[in-house]
Amino acid sequence: MTVVGGSGSMSPQPYGGGHQSTNLGDILERVLDKGLVIAGDIQVNLLDIELLTIKLRLVVASLETAKSVGIDWWESDPWLSSKARNRELESQSDLEIENRRLRERLAQLEQERTPAVEEAIVHEEDRD
Amino acid sequence: MTDTTGIWMYAVTEAGHTADLVSTATGVAGERVRVIGEDGLTAVVGTVPLAEFGADALTRNLEDLGWLERVARAHDAVVSTLGRRIPVIPLRLATVCLDEHRVHEILMQHRREFTEALTLVTGRTEWGVKAFADRKTLSEALTDANTGDAAGGSGTAYLLRRRAQLAARESVEREAAARADDIHERLLHRAAAGRRNPPTDPALSGNPEWMLLNGSYLVDDEAADEFRSEVEDLGKSFAGIRVELTGPWPPYSFAGAERIAP
Repeated sequence: MTVVGGSGSMSPQPYGGGHQSTNLGDILERVLDKGLVIAGDIQVNLLDIELLTIKLRLVVASLETAKSVGIDWWESDPWLSSKARNRELESQSDLEIENRRLRERLAQLEQERTPAVEEAIVHEEDRD
Repeated sequence: MTDTTGIWMYAVTEAGHTADLVSTATGVAGERVRVIGEDGLTAVVGTVPLAEFGADALTRNLEDLGWLERVARAHDAVVSTLGRRIPVIPLRLATVCLDEHRVHEILMQHRREFTEALTLVTGRTEWGVKAFADRKTLSEALTDANTGDAAGGSGTAYLLRRRAQLAARESVEREAAARADDIHERLLHRAAAGRRNPPTDPALSGNPEWMLLNGSYLVDDEAADEFRSEVEDLGKSFAGIRVELTGPWPPYSFAGAERIAP
């Protein structure tokens, strides 16, 4: 039984290597990643092959675990997340579009400020 | 060896009574485990079918988690049977030779590595220590620490606590990392050597908790009780942090003859 610190007695029950009930993750992280590395005749690069698969799952699983406890700061950082970057780009282009429209409208209005309109404005101002 | 079989290597020990210790062991292919000796060193091996353990087959099979589990457990069982009784250098999974000549060669070529590693691990055992954090409890503990004595009316007290809460949320990762460093340091002082590893894959361990520390420690057998006591103390020291001990393990993490840590 894995001895959990802080809860009751610490009787030395062997729960490390060799027992069927030992956690597979604990075994795999030792036999795949540790141990002396000797080149036999059969070249199987564990790093290239299944360790990569497992490590990819580790990265993905770790990120999912992190998110499940509220750690997800990378999702709003445009440097780290394409979603965040797209949101940023979208909001930038919204502003740009709005800017352009306002400028166009202003130019339009200034063109429409003919002498007749000018006079009307002056009369308006006199009345007030 | 034949064209259809190869030799799977489990571990290396000093010459001695290794053969007796593995006489009833079965290996990764259900084979009888045996020994090959060369000049003071003994390789612990088993004959395996290349149809399952040759290069192509191995590459395929290693991707199959079911196969991998069976083989990993069998490999570890052989190494552990030895490790409980004598100093042993575990080899990484999937060290396969095509004939005995190659095994002899390996023992000769790596003689110094094996001898140094055996010296490091003799009279010592590996223990695994993992630390996990409960984010909520840790946050609250930090908030309490940050709030201190809130004098003044309830409004002030509320605001002070709220501010402490927000500060705690930001600093909880930093605090957790600092606690993990503390734990590792204290354990290192009780060990001949120690190392930190990346957190375990939750998909493999079945545990979704937040893992702060994944350490392996090589501890003198006479100091094992003190080491376990230290782990138990550490488990009670920090609110929101629990500590888990696994072991005893054969010295997988120290088979590369790491220098002794201070």
